[in-house]
Amino acid sequence: MIKNISNLGDAAVYCDFGIEVNKSINSEVIKYFKALKKENIESINNLTPSYNKLIVSYDLRKTNFKEVKKLIENLNVNETQDKNNTKIEIPVCCDDQFSLDIKRLEEKLNINRNKILENFFSKDYFCYMTGFIAGMPFLGDLGENMRVPRLETPRVKVPKGSVALTEQFVNIYTFESPGGWNIVGNTPIDIFDNSKEVEPNLINPGDTVVFKQLSIEEYNSHNDK
Amino acid sequence: MTNNFEIIRAGVNTTFQDQGRSNLYHIGIPFSGAMDNRNFSLANKLTANKLNSPVIEFAYQGPHLKYIGEKINLAVTGDVVFKIIKSGTEIEGNCYETYQIENGDEINLISTNKSVYGYLAIGGELDLKFQWNSCSINTKANIGSNNGKKLENGQKINILKINSDKGKKKTNYINSKVENIRVIKGPNFDYFSEEGKKIFFEKEFCVSKLLDRMGMRLDGPKIENIVNTNIKSEGLIKGAIQITAAGNPIIMLSDHGSIGGYPKIGVVASVDYDRLVQISPGSKIKFKAIELSDAETLFKLYEMETQNLISQIL
Repeated sequence: MIKNISNLGDAAVYCDFGIEVNKSINSEVIKYFKALKKENIESINNLTPSYNKLIVSYDLRKTNFKEVKKLIENLNVNETQDKNNTKIEIPVCCDDQFSLDIKRLEEKLNINRNKILENFFSKDYFCYMTGFIAGMPFLGDLGENMRVPRLETPRVKVPKGSVALTEQFVNIYTFESPGGWNIVGNTPIDIFDNSKEVEPNLINPGDTVVFKQLSIEEYNSHNDK
Repeated sequence: MTNNFEIIRAGVNTTFQDQGRSNLYHIGIPFSGAMDNRNFSLANKLTANKLNSPVIEFAYQGPHLKYIGEKINLAVTGDVVFKIIKSGTEIEGNCYETYQIENGDEINLISTNKSVYGYLAIGGELDLKFQWNSCSINTKANIGSNNGKKLENGQKINILKINSDKGKKKTNYINSKVENIRVIKGPNFDYFSEEGKKIFFEKEFCVSKLLDRMGMRLDGPKIENIVNTNIKSEGLIKGAIQITAAGNPIIMLSDHGSIGGYPKIGVVASVDYDRLVQISPGSKIKFKAIELSDAETLFKLYEMETQNLISQIL
């Protein structure tokens, strides 16, 4: 349920679903996101779901805060939303050349490399949201024994395909970008395909992701294909 | 042969922009589009284009182009110093005025004057790739025309069709400077100390060199956070003002990242966005708090003024 609706500037509505980050709150956000998307309202020009907020941007030339707020309050949110979200397998190589922060992880977590990788690859991850850079998925949750803060000084350039950890979350850098997450490996596949106008994202909010470990040979031959 | 412009010098930050693309924040793609919407529309009107046609946007130094083809109209908007070169003779150009050029003529957009963005509209249809109904170049995700990359020296801009309306058009618009940027308080306003809030609305900030189509960083007195310098990442919008962990404001501009984790102290009122983006590095700005209802009214008036300016160009 939406706890509070307020304005974000003069061209967006800020829907607050709470402060915690968990699947049940995020599922509510996604439910509202999907319901609004389905309505396809001309004056609404963007929707941004995140862990526990939904931002609804509108064209101030066509409508205003009061009207959009009312529309959200009266929205018919279908309780039997589709549950058929997809499960996606992402191959990841954790060779030394890719796992740039493995030493830092070993120190911070006080467990060895093999155990870190075992923990990482043994879980299913839920996609809470995508964004920051095009197609970047924010996945969770890492186990309690796998949580580390961001780097003190972010990297200016994180290589494309990097798979990285921070707190309870995992993300994948879909493009080379600045970033402060702890890099554990690299995927050879494109998570965002900018040549596709329909579904350019491989991973969408609500999807489940499992990671499969690749050897360096498998990683290299994957790129040859 | 196709009518075309050859790029002799591309300039530092030259892209094709139109009205941008909507409904893609949820996959991480921002609006993009022309930074200064009023000057974008005026440039198109002066060249008898549809108002949302693609134009060439440049920052600081613009491109130098040579034209090969049949007669075509051009117009420059913003506050721009430029020259038209006709068979070796240089003509000092005026913004907000149509120029007709012919085979072999050149236009040299030398620099913007105490502002950031300028616009060059070409009276015709350009041969550009559209992605999600927009040719706007987003260099971060390599989306839009020119493979999502800035224009480069030696490239060609092909014209598919030249507008039949080649009338000379002119308007006497002068870009107004803003003293204060009006801001609507944001959802994390109370993350900041009373002293921090006071500083934000009373002190001057300086636009730093870290300024591009994604964002504007400001230097100045630090704004003290008393709750948490991070929030759980959530959506951002154009004009949102985040305060970094170091206490400095960053204003999100048209190519911004779709989500962010710094608290938002406020959002720039839509009425001041076109003028905000024109404030150049080293300039001072001050923020002034306004209520939502005032922001809505002011934007309506600003839009009416823009429409009037457009309709005065015949």
